[in-house]
Amino acid sequence: MASIREQFEMPSKTRTWSLALIIAGAVALVLGFITKGMSSDEHEKALFWGTLMYNSIYFTLICNASMFFICATTLAMGGWQMAFRRIPEAISTMVKIFGPITFVILIYIVFIDHNHQIYHWLSDEAKTDPILKGKLGFLNPTFFIVWTTLAIGLWILLGMRMRKLSSECDEGPMDNEQGKSFIWRNTVTASLFIVWFALTVASTVPWLWLMSIDAHWYSTMYSWYTFASSFVSGMSLIALWVIYLKNKGYLEYTNDEHLHDIGKFMFAFSIFWTYLWFSQYMLIWYGNISEETIYFKSRVQGAYKGIFFLNLIINFICPLLILMKRNSKRNYTLVTFMAVLIVFGHWVDFYQMVMGSVSKDEVTLGWLDFGIAALYIGLIIFFVGKELAKKPLLAKHHPFLKESIIHHT
Amino acid sequence: MNVKKFVVGCFNDESVLFPAVKKVRTAGYKIHDVYTPYPVHGLDHAMGLRETSLHTAGFIYAITGTCTALGGISWILTSDWPLNFGGKPHFSLPAWIPIIFELTVLFSAVGMVLTFCYLCRLAPFLKKHHFHPRATDDYFVMAIECTAKTNVDDLKAFLQNAGAFEIDVQNAETGWWLGTYDKEQQLIKDSAVEIA
Repeated sequence: MASIREQFEMPSKTRTWSLALIIAGAVALVLGFITKGMSSDEHEKALFWGTLMYNSIYFTLICNASMFFICATTLAMGGWQMAFRRIPEAISTMVKIFGPITFVILIYIVFIDHNHQIYHWLSDEAKTDPILKGKLGFLNPTFFIVWTTLAIGLWILLGMRMRKLSSECDEGPMDNEQGKSFIWRNTVTASLFIVWFALTVASTVPWLWLMSIDAHWYSTMYSWYTFASSFVSGMSLIALWVIYLKNKGYLEYTNDEHLHDIGKFMFAFSIFWTYLWFSQYMLIWYGNISEETIYFKSRVQGAYKGIFFLNLIINFICPLLILMKRNSKRNYTLVTFMAVLIVFGHWVDFYQMVMGSVSKDEVTLGWLDFGIAALYIGLIIFFVGKELAKKPLLAKHHPFLKESIIHHT
Repeated sequence: MNVKKFVVGCFNDESVLFPAVKKVRTAGYKIHDVYTPYPVHGLDHAMGLRETSLHTAGFIYAITGTCTALGGISWILTSDWPLNFGGKPHFSLPAWIPIIFELTVLFSAVGMVLTFCYLCRLAPFLKKHHFHPRATDDYFVMAIECTAKTNVDDLKAFLQNAGAFEIDVQNAETGWWLGTYDKEQQLIKDSAVEIA
């Protein structure tokens, strides 16, 4: 261990940029609240809350994907990610901030605003509607709040436990026994997180938060689709931070080999996302049953046609053709470009998933959407930077560190 | 027939092999090939081999498969023998995508296997020279090609210094020829039988 720069300090320029984004976003938020949020028109109000909702859900899920990445690699006994593991750890702390924000927004929509423009199952009609009546055991405010609280709470709690375990690597060298016990405790917490992740992100949470906007409609692909979307953008977010820190001269042990593996994740999960996109679309197209095709009516034939296919081009064609070659996955400029494109693309994906149902006849993508996104991006830059500065950038005494240093793809 | 003279050195550890490859290359000897019992990470790099273009071939096969499937299905179902399936349009792309995907995979997989066999000269009844039978078991075998200028004794001493524990000189055919391995030919002496 020659001299390595293990203590990150946030450059003042980065801080200024993040604050500028936060301020711009806050202005957009206030303006949006005044012009749309307080409007007496139900539709305008739904636009404002819908925009807040998909942004906060998207950014919560992509930050939570970092913890999923840590836990999945831990369970797979992976060692290669150890050279930059502190970065997904820092990103996953954002769940502590974005989780409660999402919670407040959802609670406002369901309980205070009782917004049935967004959640149709909140309306009185739902009690007499033959299809919705059958779903009310799941789609009701009580279950919604209990499950949302549990989901966000346990993501935060288990994430904190994983990060606390990781801090043990800073204390001092571990002997054989300590190392074994350390890995075992990591495995236990990671498995708990993964199980909870499967019960929430990979199944119930997308049903509750997103799919229930089209209360009549359902798709068995929906949760996996949401998970794939959030995970591939989560990996892109990790890639962006890794490249940023490399550019600032940190992360000496992270090299092309690690970038290559992150790039593989971005490539593979873009394909996986497309697989789910296609499976969902093709079965409904082929079956051609009106209860099912209703979801694609506004998206494929209506106002959202452009966005719907743009989404496919950005999230499938571009990663497929650009990230396919080995050299492009080891090229910092190309990976940065693709990571930005993927994060943007899946943000658009979440946009059409929510707003394609809230505002069926008109695409409202505009200053409010980009403003709120700027707010969240600013928050990510500011708080992740702060969190990175709290701990050494390298888990120096982790038993698997050497595997990561000599990693060869 | 293209018989050449080789000096063959055997190593018993990766950690000896890597510096030896480097030394042999810097000394200017020409490594014919290194045979190892398992794929050794980074050895291709150390030997200075160029990256394989097998994946480019794979890409071309895949595109061929895509075009074949798309062209075939669309010709059959729109002009040659149009059929009405549940009121769907004749050109119904989503329904074809699984087939297009599968033909893409099939073409690239089969094509790459055949190309791999061609590049490695692997086929039934093709025979190639084995420099050392234990390269398939536990020896790392380095074959160095001798030119007219090579001093064989110097090279043998050089390999010895580099850590080879078994060195011999072989005149061997570099290409392949038709033939089979004789069933009676004993490639590895069974030491257990000898003791008994």
